[in-house]
Amino acid sequence: MSASKPTPGSSLKITGGRLLDGHGSEAPNIALMIRNGRIAALGEAAEQAEADQTFDAHGCVIAPGFVDLYCNLREPGNGQKGNMASETRAAARGGFTTVCTSPETSPVNDSRAVTHLIREAAAISSAIRVLPVGAITRGLEGDMLSDMAGLIAAGCVAVGNGSRGVRNARVLRRCMAYAQTFGLTVMFRPENQSLAADGYAHDGLVTSRLGLLGIPEVAETASVMEMLLLAEETGVKLHLSQLSCGRSVEMIADARRRGIAVTADVAMHQLVFTQDALAGFDSRFHLRPPLRSETDRKALVAGVREGVIDAIVSQHLPHDSAAKQAPLPATEPGLSSIESVLSLGLGLVQGGELTLAELVRGLTSGPASVIGRTATIGSDEIADLCVFDPEAHWTPSRQTLISAGQHAPVLGRSLPGLVRLTLVDGQEAWVSETRL
Amino acid sequence: MTANAASPNHLQLTRDGQLRHFLTLDGLNRELLTDILDTADSFIEVGERSIKKVPLLRGRTVVNLFFEPSTRTRSTFELAAKRLSADVLNLDINTSATSKGESLSDTLLNLEAMASDMFVVRHAQSGAPHFIAESVTPGVAIINAGDGRHAHPTQAMLDMLTIRQHKGAFEGLKVAIVGDVLHSRVARSQIRALNELGAEQIRVIAPGTLLPTDVESLGCTVEYDMVKGMKDLDVVIMLRLQKERMEGALLPSEREFYRLYGLSQEKLALAHPECIVMHPGPINRGVEIESAVADGPQSVILNQVTNGIAIRMAVMSMAMGGQVAERQHKLAELIERGPA
Repeated sequence: MSASKPTPGSSLKITGGRLLDGHGSEAPNIALMIRNGRIAALGEAAEQAEADQTFDAHGCVIAPGFVDLYCNLREPGNGQKGNMASETRAAARGGFTTVCTSPETSPVNDSRAVTHLIREAAAISSAIRVLPVGAITRGLEGDMLSDMAGLIAAGCVAVGNGSRGVRNARVLRRCMAYAQTFGLTVMFRPENQSLAADGYAHDGLVTSRLGLLGIPEVAETASVMEMLLLAEETGVKLHLSQLSCGRSVEMIADARRRGIAVTADVAMHQLVFTQDALAGFDSRFHLRPPLRSETDRKALVAGVREGVIDAIVSQHLPHDSAAKQAPLPATEPGLSSIESVLSLGLGLVQGGELTLAELVRGLTSGPASVIGRTATIGSDEIADLCVFDPEAHWTPSRQTLISAGQHAPVLGRSLPGLVRLTLVDGQEAWVSETRL
Repeated sequence: MTANAASPNHLQLTRDGQLRHFLTLDGLNRELLTDILDTADSFIEVGERSIKKVPLLRGRTVVNLFFEPSTRTRSTFELAAKRLSADVLNLDINTSATSKGESLSDTLLNLEAMASDMFVVRHAQSGAPHFIAESVTPGVAIINAGDGRHAHPTQAMLDMLTIRQHKGAFEGLKVAIVGDVLHSRVARSQIRALNELGAEQIRVIAPGTLLPTDVESLGCTVEYDMVKGMKDLDVVIMLRLQKERMEGALLPSEREFYRLYGLSQEKLALAHPECIVMHPGPINRGVEIESAVADGPQSVILNQVTNGIAIRMAVMSMAMGGQVAERQHKLAELIERGPA
């Protein structure tokens, strides 16, 4: 298979892979026939069919394309940190076929014009689906409502406040009540700003030893509780984004039992790393919310396993090197993570903390359902697929990373999991150079 | 998963375990700490001569990089470097490069280009000396002169020297650190040093708002009541209280703090009769310590200042020795490998 896009109407046959989707469907050694952007046939029928091109997927998993509910593509406005072309290509390399891009662009995505700008840039330079999330308050300032209905009409998939808080509970309540009018999903990262104050690391053993300013767990949990109560009252579909605390998972499970419409996500690196990652003042792990304790990490993993947390996100936040080249407190938070999500997840599978099916659910059907979409592999379904080899290894490094951000969570060490092929509408968005 | 195995030792020690930077006391063992104290002892005698110089750093350039104002620490570092015969450059960065928008990395690379051998760094941000040693100028010896709330290792070592002079040894000692532990880089380094050197009991005495989360994990016990906490003490270390603490809603008033946690003669009388009183300075008379105590017979506050010069001479000469040894190692490796 060549790296050029197949001509429309051409067909592709994938043979020998293990099919796995987030709904628990599993089939070993299955063939898939893709024509006109859709899955034309599966199994026996696909086996028999003639195709223009064939992709040998022996040893690989064929999964629905991954869906990311929170990432930053840095366009418009932050060209030195990344752009639509670089970051969507990095996402495709990570197996993602759909990414929801945060409203924290410059200017903020709080108007139809900016939404159009993002969609246009995506149409020109992205091989994957880019779904903008609109700002729920103007300028993300947390004071005035944005034109939410207009944002949705322009193509936003949900509204939220990115990674910023809404300081005022009255404004928060009105955001929810207004969004509920139109049946919109609201996405918030729960954080009580007065409790988080100037902190930049988990308030615990490591901050005490290194003299760093802590963000206590209660900065998140108090906000989760406030948002759950407001969601219960307003009836809005609430999505809690980028959780970091075990207690948050408990509160969400309780709220669901009481019938509150709440969904949640967690960044992959929160499932893998803890506060100990900061021990050598490693500014890559300056994150918001911060990496917390091992107890929190385990509870978050259990949340994914049990389905309390619906989705795993990349929380991809690429930076230029200057943003991370300073004493830790002076650096900007965030990891360049989207290329490593699958590999970190496979590490959890190898360690017995998640099953492969649970991991795939968290990356496909879980996030898809939050934004009212599906991610299934079946006859006549759209061919958004990720074919990865869980046994193959790669080494993230400044030479191998595609993202403009070079601060990946693991550098210079071999990781399991190589995405061989990413298809969007049956067209290749990524194909790895080896084994073709 | 551990992200980065870079322990402080990997940074601050040579492959033979010699000091080459002095960033933190974390990971330094008792032998090395004792070595620093012994070396400092030998330099005390230098300060008593009429010509107070030794040629250990002759021809070397030491740059005092103070990103935060300081009088005493900077002058003792300067004196220490001069007594070791180094050329000394004092830079007050607050008023020069960084206010023109130059980044910390760029400032340091410029100074390195001027063939500096050692940077003495004080910075308001925790971890700044680590960052410099690891990412910016790995060939220059970095001495931490206080970073944020993280560490002030030379201050802690001069305190250890003072304790050893008065008490002989650390075994069996009961030591209390009183006051604003939360914001104190000095307290963190002292707790670490006292643990490594074998003090029997390390108590921190403060209200809950001035203690870091899980402070016990640093290796100390917590006592909220100073009257109880003073019992049987051999050493009491008072910390400076900044006036801003009232505004941050950490304390109600100076008066209440002094009543509960100030060191008065009455409270000192509850300790062992030979208990020494220490303070890293500058002292707030009537806020954390009564004047009669600060100037009294049990106070060793001025000894601390004198010892500061000797400790800084010790650390600077040892780190320079480590850097030289490291360079020789690398040179030997290159020669062994032969021409490429």
